Amino acid sequence: MPAQEFTLSDLKKILHESAGTGEGVDLDADILDTGFEELGYESLALLETGGRIERDWGITLDDTALTDAATPRALIETVNRHLASAAV
Amino acid sequence: MTVAGRRVALTGIGVLAPGGIGSKRFWDLLADGRTATRRITFFDPTPFRSQVAAQIDFDPAEHGLGPQDVRRMDRAAQLAVVAAREALEDSGIGVGSGPGSADPHRTGVTVGSAVGATMGLDQEYRVVSDGGTLELVDHTYAVPHLYGYLVPSSFAAEVAWAAGAEGPATVVSTGCTSGIDAVGHAAEVIREGSADVMVAGATDAPISPITMACFDAIKATTPRRDEPECASRPFDGTRNGFVLGEGSAFFVLEELDSARRRGAHVYAELAGYATRSNAYHMTGLRPDGAEMAEAIRSALGQARTAADRIDYVNAHGSGTKQNDRHETAAFKKSLGAHAYDVPVSSIKSMVGHSLGAIGSIEIAACALAMEHHVIPPTANLRTPDPECDLDYVPLTARERRTDTVLTVGSGFGGFQSAMVLARPDRDAE
Amino acid sequence: MRSAAVITGIGVMAPNGLGTRDFWDATRVGRSGIGRVTRFDPTPYPTRLAGEVPGFTAADHLPSRLLPQTDHMTRMALVAADWALQDAGVDPGELPAFDMGVVTASAAGGFEFGQNELRKLWSRGSQHVSAYQSFAWFYAVNSGQISIRHGLKGPSGVVVSDQAGGLDALGQARRQIRNGTPLVISGAVDSAICPWGWVAQLAGGRLSEGEDPGTAYVPFDARAAGHVPGEGGAILVLEDAAAARARGVRGYGELTGYAATFDPRPGSGRESGLRRAVELALADAGAVPREIDVVFADGAALPEHDRAEAEALNTVFGTGRVPVTVPKTMTGRLYSGAAPLDVATALLAAAEGLVPPTVHTEPDPRFGLDLVTEQARTAEIRTALVLARGAGGFNSAAVLRVPAK
Repeated sequence: MPAQEFTLSDLKKILHESAGTGEGVDLDADILDTGFEELGYESLALLETGGRIERDWGITLDDTALTDAATPRALIETVNRHLASAAV
Repeated sequence: MTVAGRRVALTGIGVLAPGGIGSKRFWDLLADGRTATRRITFFDPTPFRSQVAAQIDFDPAEHGLGPQDVRRMDRAAQLAVVAAREALEDSGIGVGSGPGSADPHRTGVTVGSAVGATMGLDQEYRVVSDGGTLELVDHTYAVPHLYGYLVPSSFAAEVAWAAGAEGPATVVSTGCTSGIDAVGHAAEVIREGSADVMVAGATDAPISPITMACFDAIKATTPRRDEPECASRPFDGTRNGFVLGEGSAFFVLEELDSARRRGAHVYAELAGYATRSNAYHMTGLRPDGAEMAEAIRSALGQARTAADRIDYVNAHGSGTKQNDRHETAAFKKSLGAHAYDVPVSSIKSMVGHSLGAIGSIEIAACALAMEHHVIPPTANLRTPDPECDLDYVPLTARERRTDTVLTVGSGFGGFQSAMVLARPDRDAE
Repeated sequence: MRSAAVITGIGVMAPNGLGTRDFWDATRVGRSGIGRVTRFDPTPYPTRLAGEVPGFTAADHLPSRLLPQTDHMTRMALVAADWALQDAGVDPGELPAFDMGVVTASAAGGFEFGQNELRKLWSRGSQHVSAYQSFAWFYAVNSGQISIRHGLKGPSGVVVSDQAGGLDALGQARRQIRNGTPLVISGAVDSAICPWGWVAQLAGGRLSEGEDPGTAYVPFDARAAGHVPGEGGAILVLEDAAAARARGVRGYGELTGYAATFDPRPGSGRESGLRRAVELALADAGAVPREIDVVFADGAALPEHDRAEAEALNTVFGTGRVPVTVPKTMTGRLYSGAAPLDVATALLAAAEGLVPPTVHTEPDPRFGLDLVTEQARTAEIRTALVLARGAGGFNSAAVLRVPAK
């Protein structure tokens, strides 16, 4: 297990700082399975978000990690997988 | 606005491109299908995701620039001045008070550049901030001509000084369409009667850590490292990003009748130009290519040219997944069935993507293609992509009668531009 | 028949006023916005005064999605464009997208954004550079962001010609209108008030080292010793007059003349191209010198430049024969933003019949100008000339004509 787990609240904070919050979007609602597109984040916003996660959490995501993760849940799982393998 | 009857001729070409300084060597590179993409040597690229680029082996002293010129000018300005001088010499026009010379007051300058003095700014910031450690950067370490890096209209001033031009002068900076838009702007200035001669073109020298870092961050440049000479793969199924380049191309544009009167060699008429915006995204493209298609239609309309008269399409062809798809869709939308018949190629496969400069370098390639009746190839195109199903002239140049050419560009900020070059006597034939 | 380009909307971001009303209220009474730099600590530098736009909080005006990806000057430009469209009474969503374009000028792009990313690059490494750096600092960013925000797909562009660029953008916007695009958003907003921008501006050798906001920037004054830099500018809506009329709008005035020239090489000893720019702009407007009611001068506040400008004006108009003003003395020089703001000021001045003053300057009589100083002067203004000169030798001139009341 990673020493520290990447949580939804970590993601929400990074998302907001990296890309703001879309009008009419409530990041505090249950968004785990809401698509990033529906949340108003396009690929550029996710690239900035991914860069921030990589720097803040000391991991390197694959090129496809961001495009493959369509929802917060998927991205959080990917990040935690990287954290776990980094901790081994 | 067009003053009745004023048409614009391209009568001089100057090019500094990776692998080819001077328009002749540039053309030889294209006609041979050779590539100039290599592992970066300007700085250690090891920390970067993308480590290849298309650099010019350029010694300013060899091209008549003195030590003070070199100190005063960012590399992009140096490339511009050398290219502009070659274009002036090639056109045989003199600017000044001598008999047969162009009137300096009626001679203007338009310089395209997407990122200005990026290289100089990057280097100077590093010094005045002492390696990024000083927030309040130290002005006593700044080079004296730093203001010319801050505001890249200094490029237009340098070219105007080199040419002796005293008419309208400006820099056009519309990201990666700058090289087309600058030439289009200059042509409009001649058509409306504000100048008779324009020295127009574009330059960029962006191969520096800050540029590599920002394109790394959006994964726009290729991470391919194993075969740098095959790294730029427009329209290929294995393409995964563009290869950064540098360079400059300049032209002498003249009012067509006066060019003919002085017996100038006319490479082409700038017959049509248009630009549109996708109003969609600063970096993203809608897959349907609707706005580029509209720019193409508008440029063809201005040139009074039917789509099926186009003999060659010089594509933007950057080699990113989304661009090449977007552009292929735009060609189909604007050229109809002819899109499948006309040869389309991307010289970025050979000289890389020099941002604002490449549009002018591609106009030079178009004019030279018309000159030689040879279509430059798309190098490194070996693996078909089902989404890119046009004739991209893979690997080898092709002989073909070339009288009318379309070139397009697409850039950050959403700009989509198109230009039609044609033989001025095309309708008489 | 050429289409006429009328200005139907104004959005102002100025050091002495946020929005057109605040700006004009300050300008008509000569209230300056120049003060000590607050955006960073200017103590280590020889120049410490600036014209900063006060009270601008981007989050009050723009969606949070735009904030991480925009420089300060882009945020101001976006809000100025919103205001200009509101002022024009135009809803871009109701017009065909290809019928609207945007042509802005820029001097230094989003320089502060670039500064921050350069700092990350050199202090922490390339992986720390933002994804937005690929466009947030470049010169085309304001045209791109405005076009995206309002869905403007028509012909657009960006020009860079130092301070002259602000008029060159309007000239290019008029070209697009004449070529058949009914509406073009134009103008410029600039800002490089950050340490890195400050150092680069200092290198230009044109900044005043004066510490007193009341005397630091005094064009056409024997004490002139450079300018105070500022930030801001104006975004304008230009429309084909027929299209504007069709929706019942007459506009503030028409851009009837525009021209640009470039100076001879330094050291040639020959006359600057400024007079030619004035004459060409007048000819383009079909105007004779005596029709010009007021000149908004460039006002470099460098002895040589002031002399060249005064000579050009005196040659064209006759010594002291036309009222001249430099409201920039209240804002500092705003680079590309200066001339569009002067155009807006000229139109507001005409609407009220009041020439705003050149503050702080005690005119040097050797220049022979009728400089409007201290207090605004009432005047009927039907035709105004705006001048803008850029470092390196760029000269641009525009003529505005305002309909009779």
